[in-house]
Amino acid sequence: MSGRRTDQADDMILETEGLTIAFGGHVAVQEVSLKVERNRFKSIIGPNGAGKTTLFNLLSGQLRPTAGYVRFKGKDITPLAPFQRTRLGMGRSFQITNVFPNLTVLENVRLAVQSQQGVRLNWYASAKAYRRFEEEAKHWLDMVLLGNRIGVMANYLAHGEKRKLELAMLLALQPDLLLLDEPTAGISIEEVPAILEVIRKVKEAGNRTIVLIEHKMDMVLDLSDSIAVLFNGKLLADGRPEDIMNNETVQAAYLGGLYDDAVASAGD
Amino acid sequence: MNGIINLLVNGLATGMLIFLLASGLTLIFGLMSVLNFAHGGLFAWGAYGGVWLYAATGSFFVAILGAVVIGMLLGLVLERLVIRPVYGNHIQQILVTLGAMLVLSELLKVVFGPNPLKADVPPLLNGSWEVEGVILIKYRLFIICIGAIVFAGLLFVLKRTKIGLIVRAGVMNPEMVQALGIPIRRVFTLVFMAGAGLAALGGALLAPYSGVIFAEMGMQFAILAFIVVVIGGMGSIQGSAFAALLVGLSGAFMAYYVPELSLAANMLLMVIVLLIKPSGLFGAKG
Repeated sequence: MSGRRTDQADDMILETEGLTIAFGGHVAVQEVSLKVERNRFKSIIGPNGAGKTTLFNLLSGQLRPTAGYVRFKGKDITPLAPFQRTRLGMGRSFQITNVFPNLTVLENVRLAVQSQQGVRLNWYASAKAYRRFEEEAKHWLDMVLLGNRIGVMANYLAHGEKRKLELAMLLALQPDLLLLDEPTAGISIEEVPAILEVIRKVKEAGNRTIVLIEHKMDMVLDLSDSIAVLFNGKLLADGRPEDIMNNETVQAAYLGGLYDDAVASAGD
Repeated sequence: MNGIINLLVNGLATGMLIFLLASGLTLIFGLMSVLNFAHGGLFAWGAYGGVWLYAATGSFFVAILGAVVIGMLLGLVLERLVIRPVYGNHIQQILVTLGAMLVLSELLKVVFGPNPLKADVPPLLNGSWEVEGVILIKYRLFIICIGAIVFAGLLFVLKRTKIGLIVRAGVMNPEMVQALGIPIRRVFTLVFMAGAGLAALGGALLAPYSGVIFAEMGMQFAILAFIVVVIGGMGSIQGSAFAALLVGLSGAFMAYYVPELSLAANMLLMVIVLLIKPSGLFGAKG
């Protein structure tokens, strides 16, 4: 937060060095050294089982690495618990939708707003502050196009709406870094563009770093500033989308049958 | 008519006392998945604390308030020293809280002696009113009022305050609350203290109602409270309130009309609810 932009390390909001985790004999993530530039959009792609979600769990603190470290805003956060990382400005979504089913849409987001405002354990709330929270919650719900559903219990939402709600909660935390774990997973084809639209809006606001996991490369190609490819727990390549597209190792190891389609859509 | 109204008042008063115990239990279980068998011990401490403070100060109000404070302090110690190390392990929780229950009731004997103590109804609440030939015992109505106020207060806190929203969300998914940056452990402590305070309030109110208190008195009520929590649904305050009144009323009417069945009635009620809706009538969790 020094304001200086001379040092190159200053521009890296997130860095990992030799990040490794082994479950028994199985090494799920191996020696991953990753750099994420501030206010950029980075995608991490890889086939199922490549270790993408495990890597995310290491970044957000759900898992502790066997070796290596995670640095956030220039600070080593490897030993910190998830909620401490949240307070430092890291927000993550989960692959499995995680909303509170028996709270209304508005209450779900209000909880996040409350947490962000740092007023956690006051027993009383003045009516004014309470209304301010609701206003702010509505603002985020409008942003994800759920403004018309605020009074609905979250468990009555369609799956795609739940993911939008989750995004609104995440945004309400106002994190500097958003970790999105397959935000379009399990969503019907018709709903995908709306989710991508919301993500694009967040990106275009320009004041947040986004790291997104996806296993379908075409989904993230035009959103990403850079793409990292994970394969068998190792970082295979990391670079600009067009370089990744043309990287032969990536093509051989990961794209496989998708290769032709991907070239067709990006080649011209 | 007189008989029925009396049974109704009895049942409601008992139901409210069970509710005070069950509301804490259900929140503690819903939020932290802790089966707190020591809850009855806190109830008994509330009763003794209330009787002792009433004798010492002469003010029933101070006695009740003091009992709640005693309960909350015991709750704080219990959560920090006994419960915290065994979060997530049900077997250890059962053993350790049952142990705490025994320690709490034995400590009562150490402090207050092994003999049952007499508990008086304060003069203001003593006696009864007669309305159109129906005799209404003041103290029982008082218990019903306090119970209703506590219920309304709990609902208000849960539905309309910031901490209430955190607790409701925590009952559904504590990890997710943590992921939002809220230190859930501190909420655990707070809820445990509140639950302990409510249990102690129940005990302090019961003492003059039953007229005599003894160290093991918590056990019997704790069992009823567990039944209520199961019937009402883990984690649901409305469920606990509804089920507590149901159990209180069924106890009162059964004891009068079919006394042979009065003990079995609550168990039967629980079995039927579990067969039809295993998550309880108002179950908040899956």
